[in-house]
Amino acid sequence: MVPLSYYLVLSAFLFACGVAGFLIKRNIITIFMSIELMLNAVNLSFIAFAAHWHVLSGQIFVFFVMVVAAAEAAVGLAIIIAVFRTRETLNVDRVNLLKL
Amino acid sequence: MNQDLNLHLWLIPLLPLLGAAINGLLGRNFPRKMTATVALASTAASLAWALNAAAHFASLPASAIPHIEHYATWIRSGNFSVEYGFQLDQLSVIMMLVVTGVGFLIHIYSVAYMEHEGGYYRFFSYMNLFMFFMLTLVLANNYLLMFVGWEGVGLASYLLIGFFFVKDSAANAGKKAFIVNRVGDFGFLIAMFLLIKHFGSLRYSEVFSAVSQFPAETAGAGVLTAIAILMLVGACGKSAQIPLYVWLPDAMEGPTPVSALIHAATMVTAGVYMVARSNPIFNRAPEALLVVAIIGCLTAFYAATIGTAQNDIKRVLAYSTISQLGYMFMACGVAAYTAGIFHLMTHAFFKALLFLGAGAVIHGVGGEQDMRRMGGLKKYMPWTYWTMVMATCAIAGIPGFAGFFSKDEILWQSFSSPHGHWAFWAVGVITALMTSFYMFRLIFMTFHGEYRGATANAHGAHKADDHGHHGTPHESPWVMLGPLVILAVLSVVGGWVGINNRFEHFLSPVIQKVSTAEMRSAEHNPAAIASEGATEETTGEPHTTPINESEEGSAHEKELEWTLMGISILAAFGGWGLAWVFYIKRPDLPDRVTATLGGVYTTVLNKYYVDEIYRAVVVSPLVTGSTKVLWRGIDTGVIDATVNEAGHGAQEISDGVRRQQSGNIRSYAGWVAAGAALVIIYMVWMGTK
Repeated sequence: MVPLSYYLVLSAFLFACGVAGFLIKRNIITIFMSIELMLNAVNLSFIAFAAHWHVLSGQIFVFFVMVVAAAEAAVGLAIIIAVFRTRETLNVDRVNLLKL
Repeated sequence: MNQDLNLHLWLIPLLPLLGAAINGLLGRNFPRKMTATVALASTAASLAWALNAAAHFASLPASAIPHIEHYATWIRSGNFSVEYGFQLDQLSVIMMLVVTGVGFLIHIYSVAYMEHEGGYYRFFSYMNLFMFFMLTLVLANNYLLMFVGWEGVGLASYLLIGFFFVKDSAANAGKKAFIVNRVGDFGFLIAMFLLIKHFGSLRYSEVFSAVSQFPAETAGAGVLTAIAILMLVGACGKSAQIPLYVWLPDAMEGPTPVSALIHAATMVTAGVYMVARSNPIFNRAPEALLVVAIIGCLTAFYAATIGTAQNDIKRVLAYSTISQLGYMFMACGVAAYTAGIFHLMTHAFFKALLFLGAGAVIHGVGGEQDMRRMGGLKKYMPWTYWTMVMATCAIAGIPGFAGFFSKDEILWQSFSSPHGHWAFWAVGVITALMTSFYMFRLIFMTFHGEYRGATANAHGAHKADDHGHHGTPHESPWVMLGPLVILAVLSVVGGWVGINNRFEHFLSPVIQKVSTAEMRSAEHNPAAIASEGATEETTGEPHTTPINESEEGSAHEKELEWTLMGISILAAFGGWGLAWVFYIKRPDLPDRVTATLGGVYTTVLNKYYVDEIYRAVVVSPLVTGSTKVLWRGIDTGVIDATVNEAGHGAQEISDGVRRQQSGNIRSYAGWVAAGAALVIIYMVWMGTK
């Protein structure tokens, strides 16, 4: 059986990848995907704990996260399309009308 | 108090107020006749009602005096209350009749005098307003309502002094009068606070009955002395006594009828009225009385000296007014309040007449006020001349005229009253001599000799009273002469009411408490009792001194009184003669005398440089201090700086914080990540603890 720590390390690694992408990338789609990556990294740790402690609440929480992620994807993609229509770019550094 | 009789005293002041309101609010579009009619009708109605009230008053039984009418409660706070209430007693009857009577005559006069001036409706509105406040002042039955009138007449005075407000000097004179009066009012206010604190009331009747429980403060100063002195400060401001007299000469910037009504006949006597009204307080504070007498005595003498050297006809009269007010204060200061009020009344007649006469002269010569450029006007304006001579005889104390009786009474009292002293009398007589001198000097310079005025177009200089008349001097219209004649008659017969002490008897109920107090304070001083024959008979109270001694004393007194009277008559004629020698017989003499006197004359001519001294000692430090310390230092340096710094600091901080809100999405992302990292670190750290 794979020990719990493997899952957690993988989860932390994925989450770190997500944070890094979130901070570094300029393309709004990529940032969006990074967020999804972070969510799924968290999901992984939920599942791992749930399996390890034999408690279902972790698995149930994952469903909630997936629902939220789906909703977020729907709204987020809609916003992205709207932004693209007006700004004709996906580079977040150029979506800066609120800047000083 | 007689509850059945309602004299509707409120009508007396309110009628002029109505006139003031009509003219003030709507008068702008009235034709002049309409304005004059409204003003005259309201004062005439007020006079008529005052006469009616006086007639009813005369028939009141002694028990119904003072007649008090309450109209409404003004202030109620715990046990303390002040109401709108008027009081009619002997003192207020006299004041009321003087104010309405002289006021009405001056209103008539003004109709013609102000004919050529702009702001006709404004003038009459202010005049009526003045009447309202003055009548409130004299009729009030408590100190606070008196203070309302007191401040109100100050306001009216300010408005009327500054009537020609485009002229800088007039506007400044108005402000000066107002500010100097504030100094006095401050004293009056504190006196009222002390009254409330110690007696819990401001109603005359209650205060005086509470005061009568107090023994006279013969051995040192107490609360009554403090109250009396503070009241005196107020009276000094209003009645132009040393050291607060400086506003009155400048007040001559106002139109001449204003000088006659406000700055000679009525308002300036408010201080004398107040002291006389408060006689129960003053009587129990002998030291305050002494201060009153000294101030009055000094003022009388001092102003008379200035009066001898002035060349502006109105300024001579102004200083003469101050001097005569000094007499009244001296009378009050020796506890001869009736004599003070008597002189107040006669003075109102002859001084109003003198001012109106001076106004007629100024009117007649086209606005000239300098007596050196008058002269010989007797043949041009005989009516003015003769009425002015009547008034001059009255003020100089020529026997038979009004001023003689009142002034002689004051001089006699200042000598013989238990509070008196021969020094007061001596200064009074010298002042009488000077009074007679400068008044006849005025007459001689103005009416005798040759006309020295410039002809034709040199009249524009004195814009204030310039009526646009040119050429030879002319007599005034009858609308102006009528009041002069009436006042001249009063200046002659007005003093006769004082014969056989009738006036004193009439007023004695108001002053009665005085006498009892006098007895009490005089008990410490047996010599004073012996010499009190004259005042004793006015009290009508049994005296403890053996009768024969008293009679013997009074016979001796009579002799002394006649001697003193003789000396004051000599002084009056002496002044006349002196003026005659100086200005008729030897016209070169004045110049030679002034040349001999040199510096002294210049000092007197410049009014002892008091204005300059006040400017240097009081005004300049105040202005400099206000500018440098209060304005530049505290206001700009501390208060403004604090506010500005607070605003500036907020701006700086927000400027720093604003940089966080960059609008750059990835920097937001960075903040979110950093925040999340901080939360995690915190939780890990908490977990390990």
